Amino acid sequence: MTATPTETYVDASGGDWDEVVAAAQRGNAERLVVNMGPQHPSTHGVLRLILTLDGETVTEARVGIGYLHTGIEKNMEYRTWTQGTTFVTRMDYLTPIFNEAVYCLAVEKLLGVTDRIPDRANVIRVMMMELNRMSSHFVAMATFGMELGATTIMTNGFRERELVLDIFEMVTGLRMNHAYIRPGGVAQDLPPGAVGKIRELLVEMPKRLDDMRKLLDANPLYLARTRDVAYLDLAGCMALGVTGPLLRSAGLAWDLRKAKPYCGYENYEFDVPVSDGADVYARYRVRMAEIDESLKIVEQCLDKLAPGPVMIEDAKIGWPAQLAIGADGMGNSPAHIAHIMGGSMEALIHHFKLVTEGFRVPPGQAYAAVEGAKGELGCHAVSDGGTRPYRLHFRDPSFTHLQAVAAMCEGGTVADVVAAVASIDPVMGGVDR
Amino acid sequence: MTSANHEGKPNLSEGENLPAERGRERLDSPVARKGMFGARSSGDTSGYGGLRVYRPAQSRTERPYTDEDDPRTASFDQVADALERSLKEVDTSFGDAVERVVVDRGEITFHVRREYLLDVVTRLRDDPALRFELCLGVNGVHYPSDTGRELHAVYEMRSITHNREIRVEVACSDEDPHIPSIVAVYPTNDWHEREAWDFFGIVFDGHPALTRIQMPDDWHGHPQRKDYPLGGIPVEYRGAKIPPPDERRSYA
Repeated sequence: MTATPTETYVDASGGDWDEVVAAAQRGNAERLVVNMGPQHPSTHGVLRLILTLDGETVTEARVGIGYLHTGIEKNMEYRTWTQGTTFVTRMDYLTPIFNEAVYCLAVEKLLGVTDRIPDRANVIRVMMMELNRMSSHFVAMATFGMELGATTIMTNGFRERELVLDIFEMVTGLRMNHAYIRPGGVAQDLPPGAVGKIRELLVEMPKRLDDMRKLLDANPLYLARTRDVAYLDLAGCMALGVTGPLLRSAGLAWDLRKAKPYCGYENYEFDVPVSDGADVYARYRVRMAEIDESLKIVEQCLDKLAPGPVMIEDAKIGWPAQLAIGADGMGNSPAHIAHIMGGSMEALIHHFKLVTEGFRVPPGQAYAAVEGAKGELGCHAVSDGGTRPYRLHFRDPSFTHLQAVAAMCEGGTVADVVAAVASIDPVMGGVDR
Repeated sequence: MTSANHEGKPNLSEGENLPAERGRERLDSPVARKGMFGARSSGDTSGYGGLRVYRPAQSRTERPYTDEDDPRTASFDQVADALERSLKEVDTSFGDAVERVVVDRGEITFHVRREYLLDVVTRLRDDPALRFELCLGVNGVHYPSDTGRELHAVYEMRSITHNREIRVEVACSDEDPHIPSIVAVYPTNDWHEREAWDFFGIVFDGHPALTRIQMPDDWHGHPQRKDYPLGGIPVEYRGAKIPPPDERRSYA
């Protein structure tokens, strides 16, 4: 913004506060530009908001991103297709399973092996994705509470999420950054005891959900902060490319799991919750209802789990070993090491080639999309026929949704900006990649 | 291997699938191989620096676009017909606007000439038979060997009304990296176009504020281009300077 001679500017970025206040009073300033972030406890990570205020009213809201850009897409061009999962899991770090799934679906589409993924691998994928949807929605609610100053919501949300993370730790070896879903299947089968632990979650979680509902659903304070706040109707959602819970809270039951099923979602019975409030409260209700549906799907997954392989039976794609989980995360398979080091020279060569060089992917491009916890998560993958990606691009829902901040906030009060941003549930790791 | 299937070839009969035959085919195929050990100019430390096998992707598909054996392609002829009819209503010929069509892996790609991009996307959005309400952003791809059309902008479109998905691809050259902005038609592309400008240097003419979005404002170069090395700048940490990956000692 350029200063015109008729305007006086007061820079409140530092110095003696009394002087700043006195200068502001002298200048009779009507317009206040507030820089919020990129380091601010209520901006969901390193998000920068530049707000122009007229009194308490926001007249202009601009969003600055890029503070967490790590060049994941570029880095992946220098690693094999399998190693890519290690990168993508770190993008939106609250939905790592979705990132891995969409990447692997794109690679499998390029390879043309989508139909050959074992059933058990698909069931495990769906189950892990739905568990991840729950944990992501809990963080969405927890951070929302924290940013509005309600720390009980925050502690409760993170506590419930911990139940899911315990399962992730047991199955993948890590609470986050799993690299569990791999091109061709999943890295390893469910460990003994995992099914029992997930069944325990299915019993425990509905009680916790009820507690949360009792705390929030009709809480007058919560309603006052969420009802009719950050309104974004269906036309706005479409123009701004908004998908996921935000779109469903505006009344459109659009869900890729129903519209374009992947990983066998057509075999599960579940509903797509919608609301017509199009405000922060409607988004909360949609997310809560989605957790219920996810629980239903996880239960069906457990019933569908039949014994079988969890990695494609193609020796040129699937890694030969079933890795085991050690005390320090994922580790080796002793039986496989004995085989390649003491038994078969050819197996050793094959292992070496596949692990260091990787598999080749026929040239071309493909786009795969999944219904992530936050909206449509897409992966555009280009191969030149080599062992590494030629170009990868991720359409992260948070990136697209942050464009809606101006539409949601302008004309509202400055306190509602926090509620609006929190209801979008952006994760800067995914936005900036 | 199933790779033969995607290229539209029938499955090999048993005799053709013998190792000697497959090996012959592999040697005869128009492939440029490079690398293995001793490759330079890569930040890779795995010992296989720069190992690549190049083979051009499928570049053109003739009608019919719908393959009866592949249910994913069921609507492709309808979409192409509707687009052709719709463009005719605004006095544009399909052949002029769309230079070629590719159907690959159950996806259809319309390669659109950049002068016609705005006409095409407006029809895609507004025509009741097309109704691609949702644009899923734009993504750049840099093909330095594709002389005269090095930079590609790839748009994914989704129709919620008809539950269809298509891709629109536009190319421009490194010397004249201009593509019209479609923000006026799809406001969601605002940030996506800024990202493509930031990473590839594609200038989207008519964009309301085409500035960098991920990289700092004073950054030099466009990092996702193929001629931009990984890292590109030395890393500084507590006074020590670590060279960028492409200049580090290579074990290859």
